[in-house]
Amino acid sequence: MAPIIELRNLTKRFGKGKETVTAVDAVSFAVEPGETVCLVGESGCGKSTTGRMVAGLLEPSAGEVLFEGKSISKLDSVAFRRYRQSVQIIHQDPYSSLNPTQTIRAILTAPLLRHNKVKKRADAEGRALELLEVVDLTPARDIIDKYPHQLSGGQRQRVAVARALTVDPKFIVADEAVSMVDVSIRVSILTMLARLKQEFDVTFLFITHDLALAKYFAWEGRITVMYLGRVVEDGPTQRLITDPRHPYTQALLSAVPEADPALAQHKRQIELRGAEIPSLLALPAGCTFHPRCPYFVPGQCDVAAPPLEPLVEGGRVACPVRKLEHISLLV
Amino acid sequence: MAQNQLDWKTEDKPTGKPPLSLDNVHVGYATRRGKVQAVRGVTVDLRAGESLALIGESGSGKSTLGLAIVRLLPETAQVSPGVITYRRDEREVDVLRLTPNEMREFRWSDCAMVFQAALNAFNPVLTVWNQTFDTAKAHGWHDKQAVLARLVELLQFVQLDPKRVIDAYPHELSGGMRQRVLLALSLLLNPQVLILDEPTTALDIITQRTIIKLLRQLKEDQHFTMIFISHDLAIAAELADRVATMYAGRIVELGTSDDIFYRPRHPYTLGLIRAVPTVSGGFEQLFSIPGSPPDLINLPSGCKFHERCSFATDRCIQEEPELETVGLNHAAACWNWRAVAEELKLNPLHRGALNVLDPSIILAEAA
Amino acid sequence: MGVIRGFFRSLSTTLKLMTYNKAGFIGFLATCFILIVCLIGPFFIPLDSKTKLDQIYQPPSAEHWFGTDHQGRDIFSQIVHGGKDVIYVAVVAAFLSTAIAVTFGTMTAFVGGKIDGAIMGFTDIFLTIPQFPLLAVLAAFITLDNLTYLGIFLGLLGWAALLRAVRAQALSLKERDFVEAARALDLGTLHIVFRELVPNMMTYIVISFTLALTAAVYTQVGLVLLGLVPVSSSNWGVMISMAWTQGAIFFRDAMWRIMMPILAIALFQLSVITMTRSLELAFNPRLRTMV
Repeated sequence: MAPIIELRNLTKRFGKGKETVTAVDAVSFAVEPGETVCLVGESGCGKSTTGRMVAGLLEPSAGEVLFEGKSISKLDSVAFRRYRQSVQIIHQDPYSSLNPTQTIRAILTAPLLRHNKVKKRADAEGRALELLEVVDLTPARDIIDKYPHQLSGGQRQRVAVARALTVDPKFIVADEAVSMVDVSIRVSILTMLARLKQEFDVTFLFITHDLALAKYFAWEGRITVMYLGRVVEDGPTQRLITDPRHPYTQALLSAVPEADPALAQHKRQIELRGAEIPSLLALPAGCTFHPRCPYFVPGQCDVAAPPLEPLVEGGRVACPVRKLEHISLLV
Repeated sequence: MAQNQLDWKTEDKPTGKPPLSLDNVHVGYATRRGKVQAVRGVTVDLRAGESLALIGESGSGKSTLGLAIVRLLPETAQVSPGVITYRRDEREVDVLRLTPNEMREFRWSDCAMVFQAALNAFNPVLTVWNQTFDTAKAHGWHDKQAVLARLVELLQFVQLDPKRVIDAYPHELSGGMRQRVLLALSLLLNPQVLILDEPTTALDIITQRTIIKLLRQLKEDQHFTMIFISHDLAIAAELADRVATMYAGRIVELGTSDDIFYRPRHPYTLGLIRAVPTVSGGFEQLFSIPGSPPDLINLPSGCKFHERCSFATDRCIQEEPELETVGLNHAAACWNWRAVAEELKLNPLHRGALNVLDPSIILAEAA
Repeated sequence: MGVIRGFFRSLSTTLKLMTYNKAGFIGFLATCFILIVCLIGPFFIPLDSKTKLDQIYQPPSAEHWFGTDHQGRDIFSQIVHGGKDVIYVAVVAAFLSTAIAVTFGTMTAFVGGKIDGAIMGFTDIFLTIPQFPLLAVLAAFITLDNLTYLGIFLGLLGWAALLRAVRAQALSLKERDFVEAARALDLGTLHIVFRELVPNMMTYIVISFTLALTAAVYTQVGLVLLGLVPVSSSNWGVMISMAWTQGAIFFRDAMWRIMMPILAIALFQLSVITMTRSLELAFNPRLRTMV
């Protein structure tokens, strides 16, 4: 069975001439139907840009996105419309993801009516109420007449999810969907998303900078780590979290602050060489992580960009030097 | 007076009086809809050399409280009733009664506040040096050479290259660098107390780690007295000696870091800890807290958390609990704290971490 | 029925919000007052067109509130009658330029690409055309005696600057997440322009409209002063023009004749512009639900 979404050498460049920034550099991975994949990395790594290209909201500079085996740039208009509806996006900022001048009713009924998802106009409101219940916004009747600013951040995100569901998507890109929501509410939204996965057969690409959240949401799934536009490591979450191989992944995992004093005290401290993150305008040669990498091998790491190589334990890593070395993150 | 209620202003370290004492501090704002009660009676001592974390979500009042201490709240805010006592050497003053000139003195050389490193924490048209020297001059320090030397020393401490940073404008620096500059600047005039508002929020993970390391150095090597204000439990776990969780304008639990993370007694604290994942601790089921924070203009009756609380009883709807002792140096404002302790006996926290760490570290005695 | 009730409720909300800014509300009341005087006043106050040679250039008195002109006619009645034409033309002109600017400005901002380039090129050319000389030339060929045509004319000439401004607003709105979501939901260009972008620019549009209004008033008066439009009935511009050509500024007694229409115009402009402060508040969706 074909992966539902596949990226092949997906690249995105911004700017012209000397001012060209390669935000996403030949990224390739696939997502099987029903899988949960997290895309993680720090700011500037290209994860959001990748997500928007997957959702068809940004044109790639090179490479392609395949939906159900077919490249989206080669679809005819009917097939493209079907793809558009099948792949939806949920944004990070609950305060700008909903139109402030529209009621929740208007926001939800617009796509329902536009795409003839209901038999009669009058049914649109009923369906909107149903969807509000699906995302745990109850009582739905109280919510539907409100304006976005009358709802909390968490509630707004749920409306954004309900809106995405109006077109019966198969794939949802969640771009930092809970980062701006209160800590105590995040879990319930993630639980809701996980339920959608089960009930509606939706596949998720969850983009986040929060590794702890990624681990929780995608515990049964996979994590892909990006650095400066490239994938440096990916694999089953349970393997990647306990046995990371790429020095950047190791540094990232060891740097995450832990909400547990004992764990915090027993984490391995990984020192990186140099403190500066290179600018995307002046990427280092070879492996882009080499200026900060504690295992840097001159003559090898600064010459050629290492390719992603498969690991026996699952996934891939782009580091020939450390590929087979295990380190423990707790001491 | 409820049973077991102690006066939390007594301090037990023989090393002098606490540098900062908050006594029944209230902060309110008048708005068109009514009065917003942002802080409703906070009483706590900050002991010398300790790091206290104020943890809470939106609407908890933690940021308002921090701003009240340095009196940077907008004009519409009323900080009363309440007393904020500051002590250094032999001086003792009520911060809320200081004159504007005295306040200016206080703000940088006694108690410095480090804000989130957003661009608007800086004057965009001034270089780092200009801003530093302006601040120094405003406090009567006109010796350019001395200020420069001190700035260089501080920038090196925060691991920034002075040459790169001194003549840079804020927009030329990354978020992590700006946060470190803010930290360096806050130390310029040798304050006794540092208040840090969300020091690691909006920063990348590796940059956060750099800041945490610096703060730990300040804490362990220099014995700075610090207050961290954050919604991020992790920063409390990494850096704090004592943690106070705040909800709807009050401190609902106060205790050591271990108390709060392994032996919480307030349902809100328990809820928060159960809602936050860790990376290294294996898999743990997480739970959200249902509902949302209350409207600070129309607060519910009794305990402000009762609508969201699974331990709530009738008393909770009628009477608001005060902080009462629940363990050694550990207080919680909950009528049913014993029920919380029972619950934890059955379902201890951080089960996932048990896989990787010595259990005795985590499973300590319940009160 | 529900629609009518909804309309009145939103009207009362709008009015209530406008009171939140004192200066703006005063401007609103002043504008309403002037509109009433100019549109309804003429039915109650007859225009004094009889020449009374014994009452030339009288100063204001109980009988003639604003004094009399060079033919002994009451200036006050002339002022009352003189507003409606000016206001009518200005409203038509402002309406047309705003409609053009909003429709094409938002659409071109959203669609982008070559179409945007073409429209902006056209707009830029338009902007470089000096309006007055063009109007002067056109006046030689077309007799602008019909008020509606004059309004349409001014509207067709005045949209360019407005379009640029509207486009800039729309460009920044376009990047907002909810617009991107509308694209992902395939809601269509028309929907996005008119249901997503425009409602979020209402404040801006309304203010642009009022500014277009004030600009149209000045342009009209300018045209009249330059003698480019036929002098038809009494209107404020005509009053100034006639007073000027008859040397009213040299006679102290004739001062009222030239001052009053100038003051009338200035007052109208000022009220309209001040009113915009309240209008900003009236369209804020957050405030609307708190009232």
